[in-house]
Amino acid sequence: MINKTFATLDEAVADVPDGATVMIGGFGNAGMPSELIDALIAQGARELTIVNNNAGNGDTGLAALLKAKRVRKIICSFPRQTDSHVFDALYRAGEIELELTPQGNLAERIRAAGAGIGGFFTPTGYGTLLAEGKETRLIDGRHYVLEAPIHADFALIKALRGDRWGNLVYRKTARNFGPIMAMAAKCAIAQVSEIVELGELDPEAIVTPGIFVQRVVKQENK
Amino acid sequence: MKRLTRDQMAARVARDISEGAYVNLGIGLPTMVANHLPRDREVFLHSENGLLGMGPAPAPGEEDEDLINAGKQPVTLLTGGAYFHHADSFAMMRGGHLDICVLGAFQVSVSGDLANWHTGAPDAIPAVGGAMDLALGARDVYVMMEHQTKSGESKVVAQCTYPLTAIGCVSRIYTDLAVLDVTPGGLSVREILSDISFEELQQLTGVPLLRAA
Repeated sequence: MINKTFATLDEAVADVPDGATVMIGGFGNAGMPSELIDALIAQGARELTIVNNNAGNGDTGLAALLKAKRVRKIICSFPRQTDSHVFDALYRAGEIELELTPQGNLAERIRAAGAGIGGFFTPTGYGTLLAEGKETRLIDGRHYVLEAPIHADFALIKALRGDRWGNLVYRKTARNFGPIMAMAAKCAIAQVSEIVELGELDPEAIVTPGIFVQRVVKQENK
Repeated sequence: MKRLTRDQMAARVARDISEGAYVNLGIGLPTMVANHLPRDREVFLHSENGLLGMGPAPAPGEEDEDLINAGKQPVTLLTGGAYFHHADSFAMMRGGHLDICVLGAFQVSVSGDLANWHTGAPDAIPAVGGAMDLALGARDVYVMMEHQTKSGESKVVAQCTYPLTAIGCVSRIYTDLAVLDVTPGGLSVREILSDISFEELQQLTGVPLLRAA
């Protein structure tokens, strides 16, 4: 019997090695898998490359992972916010590398990795600082920039409900990067509010089919 | 000289958004446009973090941390609205499915180049978010900004001195003094919103203006 559910958050992240690339879902705090992040902090993996839209808010969640000095590099679109003081201090001290990418390019680079695309030409960023040094091409009279996919070893995402086959549904705008990060990672770990029996999720309404998800864990099971 | 307030600017932009339009309102000043759309006009507001059919802010106590806009403020969903993931959301923009994006700006050039993401200050931590995507994210890209900086320099310029967000992307500029269309021949004055003459507007603007045909 296939069972992708894990008993605890700690077990779900136990094998994340030092140096891993880890995608973390969420847009600000909506969809951020804070409980999985806390488990990752406790697990102790270091020198991580993190992919997220932001670079942490306040002192919890992703900010706490940064504060614990576990992150070597972050790939994101919008690090600087009113409450990004943890990242700001690390960046100014030269203790974290930043790869800044426009938000739509970030999403498409993640999606491309999950869809087996080796790169794509996008108009976003053409002629700007963020396209410097990148290959460009004129296609049907419009300028495009070549962008590379972003693959990950792990994705930590938050969903509303999941089943033992890994099928997921999300809640409102907490969906954001979850579905594409699940596709782009070798091992996608979803924390969910509720684990349901097979068949309880309407097949017409499943957002992430279980083929993209390797582990499902209830978010309160420490 | 009369200058429009920010609310009056938002009301002026709202007048040009017609029923049935798919619209993204950028963070800051453009967000205020939503307050001026008549309730009986069905306009589809898009937020790049994954919703179409965005409604107004919830009543106090009704906030839901899973239902926010691109500025990370709590919002509501209108009946008939939809949620989707980030790649679909930006496909709606990049793919030319939106009708209008309204954005703030530091500078706009005579050819429609936009600078609105980075001051270029050496000690600034760069953050781009969806700015570059939004700049190319609709058939019409409207900019809302004060006509001049606080020190009196024109924000409409021959060439942007701040780092660019996108090249030639702006179709119309709404300032506190005028509405300007970006045309192949230059900036055409669609409407003066102040009590000043064309010549006076020209004096306050960093580039030659055309009288609307």
